[in-house]
Amino acid sequence: MVAEGKMEILKKLHAKNLVEWAKDKPKVLVLSADLTGSTEIDLFRDTYPDRFFSMGMAEQNMISFAGGLAREGFFPFVHTFAVFLYRRALDQISMSIAYPNLPVRLFGFLPGITTPGGATHQATDDIAVMRALPNMTILETGDATEVESILDVTHSIAGPVYIRMLRGEIPRLFHRSQPMQLGVSRVLSRGNDITLFSSGICTEEVMRVTRVLRERGVSIQHMHISTLKPFNDPAVLAAASQARFGVITVENHTIIGGLGSAVAEVMAEAGVGKKLVRLGLRDTYAHGASRSYLMREYRLDALAVVEEVEKFLGKTFNITEKDLAAVRLESMHSEAKAEAL
Amino acid sequence: MKTKPLTSRQEAQDWQSNARSVAWGIRKRALEHTITNNGGYLSQACSSAEIFAALYTKIMKLGPSQAPLIPPPFSGVPGADNPDYITGVDYNGPKSPDLDRFFLSCVQYALVLYAALVELGRMSAEGLAMFNKDGGTVEMIGAEHSPGHEITSGSLGQGLSQAAGIALGRRLKGETGRQWIFMSDGEFQSGQTWETIQTLSFYKLDNIGVYVDVNGQQCDGKMDEVMNIEPLQPRLEAFGARVYKVNGHDIEALAAPAELPPNGSPLFVLAYTNTAQGMDILEERKPKLHYVRFKNKEERERYKTFLKTKMARRA
Repeated sequence: MVAEGKMEILKKLHAKNLVEWAKDKPKVLVLSADLTGSTEIDLFRDTYPDRFFSMGMAEQNMISFAGGLAREGFFPFVHTFAVFLYRRALDQISMSIAYPNLPVRLFGFLPGITTPGGATHQATDDIAVMRALPNMTILETGDATEVESILDVTHSIAGPVYIRMLRGEIPRLFHRSQPMQLGVSRVLSRGNDITLFSSGICTEEVMRVTRVLRERGVSIQHMHISTLKPFNDPAVLAAASQARFGVITVENHTIIGGLGSAVAEVMAEAGVGKKLVRLGLRDTYAHGASRSYLMREYRLDALAVVEEVEKFLGKTFNITEKDLAAVRLESMHSEAKAEAL
Repeated sequence: MKTKPLTSRQEAQDWQSNARSVAWGIRKRALEHTITNNGGYLSQACSSAEIFAALYTKIMKLGPSQAPLIPPPFSGVPGADNPDYITGVDYNGPKSPDLDRFFLSCVQYALVLYAALVELGRMSAEGLAMFNKDGGTVEMIGAEHSPGHEITSGSLGQGLSQAAGIALGRRLKGETGRQWIFMSDGEFQSGQTWETIQTLSFYKLDNIGVYVDVNGQQCDGKMDEVMNIEPLQPRLEAFGARVYKVNGHDIEALAAPAELPPNGSPLFVLAYTNTAQGMDILEERKPKLHYVRFKNKEERERYKTFLKTKMARRA
């Protein structure tokens, strides 16, 4: 039986966490492109005004400028919406930061369809673009614990890091004692019928599904991915190999060049002859609407996962949105706890 | 201890004659190179020889080269798996809080920089002969492993931004050395350049000095026919810069603005130049001078003769 519990929701986590974390790190500088409140660096600005630099709505200069600061031994934490980093200033990211392998941290907010801001504000192809850059590490946050612990992970990386960051109200899916680890997937469910890989906000959706499917007797291996590049966790290949029916990836991104592509590459190179279904935006831009509406429209949600599992198994479980909505995630979700269910 | 440069007439003549000699050598080496390789960035050497000469002999406070006279071979791009990546910055001397830094923004001028390094004894002539040779670091459009290069700025418009970040970083660390950037006028067509200038003014980064080779020419031809940037001086002043417009072949005029104490504004020296300066023979090729390639054997012979007769003696 599924344990009932109230999921913890946290607000403005990054704002508070960054201030505390950077307290004893004088070389950490924060750069903003006129989105200081929107990227939760207002508290940093007010606490450490000497380490905060307003760069205006001029991202190309901000990126190359950050490269210059990094060359002098600083750690520039560049904050803006993700689209304005990789779309507006790709040449600058590539030549002023990635080529010289400098420790600039790019905090890209509003990943995928997390904003009703429409195509101009939705970073739906950022992973595909950034994965192609040599030296670039790509991380994505999926819950409160990851938003908190990503700063330590980032600080352990000598080169540039691109981060898909969450803001506002964020659920805690993983226990605080289990911080994000570079290149290590989280095993959220063990099983061998279907293997599910998810990242970012899609993980919460998949967690709802695995609970219900387990009750229906389906054995699911669910892995949460937070390191999208380098993509070399041996657990990924092992999990893909053991799936009897096939593999499903779920990502808040186009299916071209993101998590689904990365998993496909790993499987193909290792000769894993399993069927792979990639859920995500199917080579399309999105539009301005609520997150839940867009997740249903573009099939990034729990119901879409159920539909694909049904296709794999050739069964119908009669699971409705209502069944999924009824599942409450407990606050401290960990592999140990899931296994104990 | 502060040491003021001697101001005697004799000493002044010394730096000037030295700078003129370096400028002459830059042109001659660029011409030799162009004849040998049947092509080269020759007009850039003609327009900017005095700027490089003034920067390296008078304006910039640099230490002696820390690099081998003969440039090392290419040893891979920067990355976690290549901790021994070599940098060309060592040709400009050691990094020290009180020393200046040089940044070549428009790296299409790399040939001119290499020629200057040879003239200054920071690189051997063999180094220049390695220009654009496979497996070498003396690249046609240099990167940060190329002699005299600190950054990778071949994508035009990014050099000034990177130097600006370095300028702020050094100010935060309390370093007194200045940043000297060589730019081409074509870069003032790029939006990023103006983003940077507004930032330099906003943060009062007066530890930056920019020398612009305003030769009025770019890849497609005359700049005022490709995309006009004039009037450059008032445009820059409107962005908060301190601007001096000088004859780019007058080394005293070039050096003078750098002597002024910083006043809170970024310094821009607009060096108006001639792309055929010192080589009348190039006049006939105007305005297509971005890259000089000889049309036939006869033309190449005429340049050889010019080299032997008109450039036989050091100025």
